[in-house]
Amino acid sequence: MAVDLRLSCRIKQKPTTIYKEPDHLVTPGDVITTDTGFMRGHGTYMEDDKLYASVAGTVERVNKLICVQPLKSRYSGEVGDVVVGRIAEVGQKRWKVDTNSRLDSALLLSSVNLPGGELRRKTAEDELMMRQYLSEGDLISAEVQAVFHDGALSLHTRSLKYGKLSQGTLVKVSPSLVKRRKTHFHNLPCGASVIVGNNGYIWISPTVNEEADSTGGFVQDLNPVATADREVVARLHNCILAMARHRMMLSDTSIIYTYEASLAIGSLVKDLLKPEMESEVVTMARERLETES
Amino acid sequence: MTDLLLSEAEKMFIIHGVQDNLRVDGRSCDDYRHIELETDVVSSANGSARLKLSQTDVLVGVKADLTTPPTDNPDVGTLEFFVDCSANAAPTFEGRGGEDLARDISSTLARAYSSDRCSSSMLKALCVVPSEQCWVLYIDILILECGGSLYDAVSIAVKAALSSTKVPVVKVTSSDGGKPELELSDDPYDSLRINVKHAPCNVTLSKIGHSHVVDASLEEEVCSLASLMMAVTEEGTVTMLKKSACGSLHPESIYEMLETGKNVGLNLNKQLTRQLLDEECLHTQMGTNREPKGFL
Repeated sequence: MAVDLRLSCRIKQKPTTIYKEPDHLVTPGDVITTDTGFMRGHGTYMEDDKLYASVAGTVERVNKLICVQPLKSRYSGEVGDVVVGRIAEVGQKRWKVDTNSRLDSALLLSSVNLPGGELRRKTAEDELMMRQYLSEGDLISAEVQAVFHDGALSLHTRSLKYGKLSQGTLVKVSPSLVKRRKTHFHNLPCGASVIVGNNGYIWISPTVNEEADSTGGFVQDLNPVATADREVVARLHNCILAMARHRMMLSDTSIIYTYEASLAIGSLVKDLLKPEMESEVVTMARERLETES
Repeated sequence: MTDLLLSEAEKMFIIHGVQDNLRVDGRSCDDYRHIELETDVVSSANGSARLKLSQTDVLVGVKADLTTPPTDNPDVGTLEFFVDCSANAAPTFEGRGGEDLARDISSTLARAYSSDRCSSSMLKALCVVPSEQCWVLYIDILILECGGSLYDAVSIAVKAALSSTKVPVVKVTSSDGGKPELELSDDPYDSLRINVKHAPCNVTLSKIGHSHVVDASLEEEVCSLASLMMAVTEEGTVTMLKKSACGSLHPESIYEMLETGKNVGLNLNKQLTRQLLDEECLHTQMGTNREPKGFL
């Protein structure tokens, strides 16, 4: 029975030594340049021939184009991104999916693999069965198929690696912390799988063996998860939250390093909720990343 | 509170985790998340506190005013609770959306503080002239962010804010024609402190599956069918008991929950008192040099 109640002033924020502040950091209203020779990009606006930042973030320049990359924003998708989303609404021939973007994404009935995996045209019966496949609140992993003209995303799950997610836990972080990688599905050596969605939704689940899970997630195993697996998932959950809080980029390597750092200092899973433990673990992982790259 | 959706599998994962006494974030069933507390954050209030319980963020301000005491209790001061749910906390709070919740929190607090023990030790001191003048403390609670177990966070913050409250000392000089004349002390540091020894802290126990947990996160609150709220004082007296949500509770499990709630409440109060003492020491040491951390 632990109550960890502390005063704000007693919480020591250890300055992370190797962390260096990014160059060209701006806040909304900051003048980026008074030179009129540049082009106005995302996150900027022009007034009296001066270029101002309209979001907080880092200034990026490509030739004559100046944009500000926001530090915290909603997810703006690109074709091919892997996302994790939650079904918000079942509609006509489509599901509305919450993917942390400005508008709900659409998952068309024609762009899912139906249970059983056979490929065929979708019939009116399938349309009536939509809620049986995916209902409100269900989590899915999917790929961005197209971006509509208004910025909304169209998703697809036409591969066995995508589909409905079973038991596990979702962590929400800022999408700017997720690096674009070749693969976003990771079976970590510690016995858990992680899907690092480009939209900042991260799914952690106990690893299931491959051949059993060839149904696209439509058959779910709701048996209790072993305590050892659960502990791994919980530890990863806390590690990822700690990394997000300390603005550390998320990739499979950095997640594993943080996880191993947390084991190395011999902390209990719940100890990772304490701020000093968080910063210690993240600092250790950062140092290791730095030395090994 | 918030319309958070969870899939069946996620709910199963949470429920089985509670059964295993290992929750999604590694806590056991009777663990609280990390709580961060700061008092005296609002300089214009008589007392204030800001509390962060993981994502839950609460700001409490206390303002003292003179008023005539209630006729049925002429020798005590009064407490007035007012809760404001900021639309920043949840989009559903926009406009009048948060009013139901706000009313519920303030009535729960008022009930918790209405016990005899509490009023005799705390509110007696707020009386200036019996049946003529007394202090009323307006306790304004601002909910900035919701991340589960809001009632607990609010009650701890209220207790902390009350303990930091400084009510000016008032002298009754003369009473010509039956009307007492009040004189405020010239020294701004000459102030009356409130004894919060008997102020209760709220402990919410949420029934999830066959077990119960304290300090449920938003996800866990979705999985819980019924919960029991109890206000526990430092001595273990339960001053308020309330069942919320639609589900039912078995009498046996109520006994179990009461037992856990009491133990957790005792521990919570003990920790809080220790931290408040520490804060008090810091204040006297640093004096006006203290830099409040506030919202930075």
